[in-house]
Amino acid sequence: MPNSNWLLPEYIQDMLPDEAWRIERMRAVVLDLLRRSGYQLVVPPLLEYVESLLIGGSHDMDLRTFKLVDQLSGRTLALRADITPQVARIDAHLLNRPGITRLCYAGSVLHTQPSGLMRTREPLQIGAELYGHGGLESDMEVQCLMLQSLASLGISGVHLDLGHVALFRALAKRGGIGSALEAELFETLQSKDIYALGALVNGLRPEVKNALLELPRLYGGTEVIARARAVLPDYPEVAAALDDLERAAAHLQPLARSIGIDLAELRGYHYHSGMVFAAYHPGSHDAIALGGRYDDVGRSFGRARPATGFSMDLRQLHGLLEPQAQPKGVLAPHRDDPALQEKIARLRAEGDIVAVDLLGDPSLRGELGCDRELVLRDGAWVVAELKS
Amino acid sequence: MTITIALSKGRIFEETLPLLAAAGVVPGEDPETSRKLILPTNRADVRLIIVRASDVPTYVQYGAADMGVAGKDVLDEHGGIGLYQPLDLNIARCRMMVAVRNDFDYASAVRQGARLRVATKYVQTAREHFAAKGVHVDLIKLYGSMELAPLVGLSDAIVDLVSSGNTLKANNLKAVEEIAQISSRLVVNQASLKLKREEIQPLLDAFSRAVAK
Repeated sequence: MPNSNWLLPEYIQDMLPDEAWRIERMRAVVLDLLRRSGYQLVVPPLLEYVESLLIGGSHDMDLRTFKLVDQLSGRTLALRADITPQVARIDAHLLNRPGITRLCYAGSVLHTQPSGLMRTREPLQIGAELYGHGGLESDMEVQCLMLQSLASLGISGVHLDLGHVALFRALAKRGGIGSALEAELFETLQSKDIYALGALVNGLRPEVKNALLELPRLYGGTEVIARARAVLPDYPEVAAALDDLERAAAHLQPLARSIGIDLAELRGYHYHSGMVFAAYHPGSHDAIALGGRYDDVGRSFGRARPATGFSMDLRQLHGLLEPQAQPKGVLAPHRDDPALQEKIARLRAEGDIVAVDLLGDPSLRGELGCDRELVLRDGAWVVAELKS
Repeated sequence: MTITIALSKGRIFEETLPLLAAAGVVPGEDPETSRKLILPTNRADVRLIIVRASDVPTYVQYGAADMGVAGKDVLDEHGGIGLYQPLDLNIARCRMMVAVRNDFDYASAVRQGARLRVATKYVQTAREHFAAKGVHVDLIKLYGSMELAPLVGLSDAIVDLVSSGNTLKANNLKAVEEIAQISSRLVVNQASLKLKREEIQPLLDAFSRAVAK
């Protein structure tokens, strides 16, 4: 039998040098932007007790989470499929600040199933979360940060899509809709399946029924807000949500190529409670960055806190960038010469790449990624163009 | 921006043609005679791709096509995750049914809670249907000629699309249960609807008007 130990599981990849270096730089660029915006870095563990990670009771998340048994406690551990609940736990329980907490993170998460054909099961999630502020200002702060993060990576021409979960929650509450029906409504709204929706809303109060039937049609540019005001019932929660969307859209306009409103978009509904948002790019068949408000998540950790944040997968974003050649280095001969060692140290201190040619085989020099070499001229080591 | 529409040959293609025409789109070639898989249309910004019916949701989900026409049967089997299904085109209508041999007592087989052997192309649909009824089933995945399975003792029942019922009749089978009414849906890639809305929305509106007529 041929040796197949080198095979990786499906949807699991190595990052090879070009990608690995670039992603490392991307991570540094985004984290630096977040640091300068006042966000503190946290590094939660790769695995935790399953109950801490699966907050909000999302069946989807449950299926996507790898689980194993802890030999020390006998309890079930889970490998994180999302870092956001971990950061919410840190805010709610460890830092325990009464005011505003801004946290950021970057790390690998694992999914039992890839979220798409072109996605890895090991995304590199990076993001920021803002706790302790329930107003529109914090929503807009993280939305801006998400767009600025994308811009800092050279990803432009982004379409920003805004939605508001409070709108659907208000309708569900006013209509006295039970949780089983609510879950079904959520599914059908996500696919804009007006026919299936029609069958589900039969028997609801006409006001709520008609509003739910309108939701899948309420998508488009910012003109949707005016249309929604005309067709949705005049509940204060609905009016407040539409006002929020209008102000956020106006505020974010300069940062995005276009802004869309989609009132049936309830992404991550299980824990989101307010405005939700996602960035789209022509190079990707699904969202490239997303986030939203999730005010109730902290309750699972003993302290409900207003919260909003965004996250994105650096490996997915890397796929959107034009390939970039790595910078070339300087090849140094392997020689026991103090002057040579000193020259190498100086070049490296100046930021140059210097690789020592241990084999000294001219035919293999090309593999070392250098376009220059150190040569001895008139008793001094100087950098010259590499002759291949 | 170019809009790509995924269609399957045969009934869906033929019944979609009038809808396309209502949107001002006329295919440049007939897929029945042409061997091309990418068909140009009279509009430079709209092209058609010809794929297997069961592949339409996959092409649209991953953005290889911006929109497509797929039977509800195919969508239910696929799961429809990541797709918008904004429009029932009301074409290629038929029913998803459970059928058994004429002499098979389906009602008591189901009532006794015995395990039922079911042959079908629509494994997911069959699994969900019988789970909701509380009946245990062993599923046999077949790719065609399902009607044969009960006749040769391969299965007790089949789950299949029925339009006229003539094939069942010719093979001494009877339909005993309707699982769902099937018609074709317009499916749209989620990112496409957001990024190319100005191009896609007029097509959606035109289809919608044509269907309402």
